[in-house]
Amino acid sequence: MPINNTDVQKVARLARLAMNQTEIETARSQLSGIFTLIAEMQAVDTANIAPMSHAQDVSQRLREDIVTESDQRELFQAIAPQVEQGLYLVPQVIE
Amino acid sequence: MINASLKQLGDTLRAKKISSVELTQLYLDRIAALNPGLNAFITVRPEISLAQASEADIRIAAGKADTLTGIPIAQKDIFCAKNWRTTCGSKMLENFVSPYDAHIIGQFNRAGAVNLGKTNMDEFAMGSSNETSYFGPVKNPWDRNAVPGGSSGGSACAVAARLCAAATGTDTGGSIRQPAALCGLSGLKPTYGVCSRYGMIAFASSLDQAGPMGRSAEDIALLLNVMAGFDERDSTSLQREKEDYARDLAKPLNGLRIGLPKEFFAEGLSGDVAQAVEVAIAGYKKLGATVVEITLPNSSLSVPVYYVLAPAEASSNLSRFDGVRYGYRTPEYSDLADMYEKSRAQGFGTEVKRRIMIGTYVLSHGYYDAYYLKAQKIRRLIAQDFTEAFKQCDVIMGPTSPSTAFKLGEKGDDPVQMYLSDIYTIAVNLAGLPGMSIPCGFGANDMPVGLQIIGNYFDEARMLNVAHQYQLATDWHSRSPQGI
Repeated sequence: MPINNTDVQKVARLARLAMNQTEIETARSQLSGIFTLIAEMQAVDTANIAPMSHAQDVSQRLREDIVTESDQRELFQAIAPQVEQGLYLVPQVIE
Repeated sequence: MINASLKQLGDTLRAKKISSVELTQLYLDRIAALNPGLNAFITVRPEISLAQASEADIRIAAGKADTLTGIPIAQKDIFCAKNWRTTCGSKMLENFVSPYDAHIIGQFNRAGAVNLGKTNMDEFAMGSSNETSYFGPVKNPWDRNAVPGGSSGGSACAVAARLCAAATGTDTGGSIRQPAALCGLSGLKPTYGVCSRYGMIAFASSLDQAGPMGRSAEDIALLLNVMAGFDERDSTSLQREKEDYARDLAKPLNGLRIGLPKEFFAEGLSGDVAQAVEVAIAGYKKLGATVVEITLPNSSLSVPVYYVLAPAEASSNLSRFDGVRYGYRTPEYSDLADMYEKSRAQGFGTEVKRRIMIGTYVLSHGYYDAYYLKAQKIRRLIAQDFTEAFKQCDVIMGPTSPSTAFKLGEKGDDPVQMYLSDIYTIAVNLAGLPGMSIPCGFGANDMPVGLQIIGNYFDEARMLNVAHQYQLATDWHSRSPQGI
């Protein structure tokens, strides 16, 4: 599956990774190599095979819908880049 | 002391011939002397380690010691440890001081073990050589110009250089087994679900597993006893009856059927590794085992399947690193999108960004079926190959790595070259099976060779028995690098 610079730019945007033109070109050529590797998969017939996401045949464990955690906001926010009055600060989003 | 087994160390501590504080100080002194030349540790906090050691001594004096009480263990820097800087080998978390303990860390704390420090690793566990760490590469103690393997390179180096009694690692595509092989150690990745992933920084959630690394099967069995167990905070943690993984160590191997996959002894395997492994298999026959050739027909697809699934899961797991709540935030930005994009571009290294890109691509609209879903289906075929094979044998063996440790910088700029060195280990993670590596000799340039032992689901006790019996008959595992 050939990949071009526009594809790389789109993916970088989706992944929220800033990239300049040189980086995009390097990424394009390295990703092409990797996609050649993974193209080998297409040769296999998987018509009636179910996808496997977990080694064991288990389903999601459920629990009682009760509060079990305590409020540790101060502890967790102590390591945040910018907080004020219990809120995480980011650049303005809504005009 | 530095060559004592964990059992011997425990006995010595409980007999009060040495205190945990003395033992911990011994290792701290060795780290101070040797770590600058090896870079195995990212963070060492002598005052915290010694305080834990003091508490262990009190517990020992009160007669309440457990197997690992007072023993200094190095922790891979992927496990969140409360009040310890936990970096995951990345600039993104360079100053992240964890507010909580991973389940694994909690297990060791409850056992009374001493946290000796956080070991270096490939960034976010992505790598096979410990060259992608933001904190610099780790050197192989057997040859300082060679890699220790990855991603648990720091832990492997620390054990091989006797900078700790034992260490923890994690294994997503071989990251415990391959560094164990390249550094002459014993390392085990348990069946998926046996060790809790709570607090273990996620790379690929359906593949990641924590596991022990040490100088012998006997040692890592004792570590696994502490590490394993159900944790309700990990939704993939399995509820099973508690096991003593050391219970079968002494069993003789008569009648053991060893399967040798023909695909693991084909093109790409270095001659010196093949030879050491063949000699080891012959050794097993002398111990009473029989050998049968098996086939894992879809194993050649392991690498492409893994390099779709793991990056896909990684791209999702690493999306939490956005400079908002913790971790690196870029100093200058124009708006929110700019803040995200720059924080992540600057905070992540090249290999991590590469894998995020692959993962984002294969999960995106139009490509999900052709790549991600396809890979999940082949994954099932790969798992089925093993199920078939285990009808004819009890354990599967082969080389862990296609070559001995390569030189730092050797794999250069071609990521695919690096990816291909995972060829024998990856299928085990895809299937969720337990896998181990133990030393079985030396190859070119006198570098260690590892023998991989793959077991059926939940068969860790037998694998450890198989490894231990070999270690009673050989001494590869007791060798140490020159100058150590």
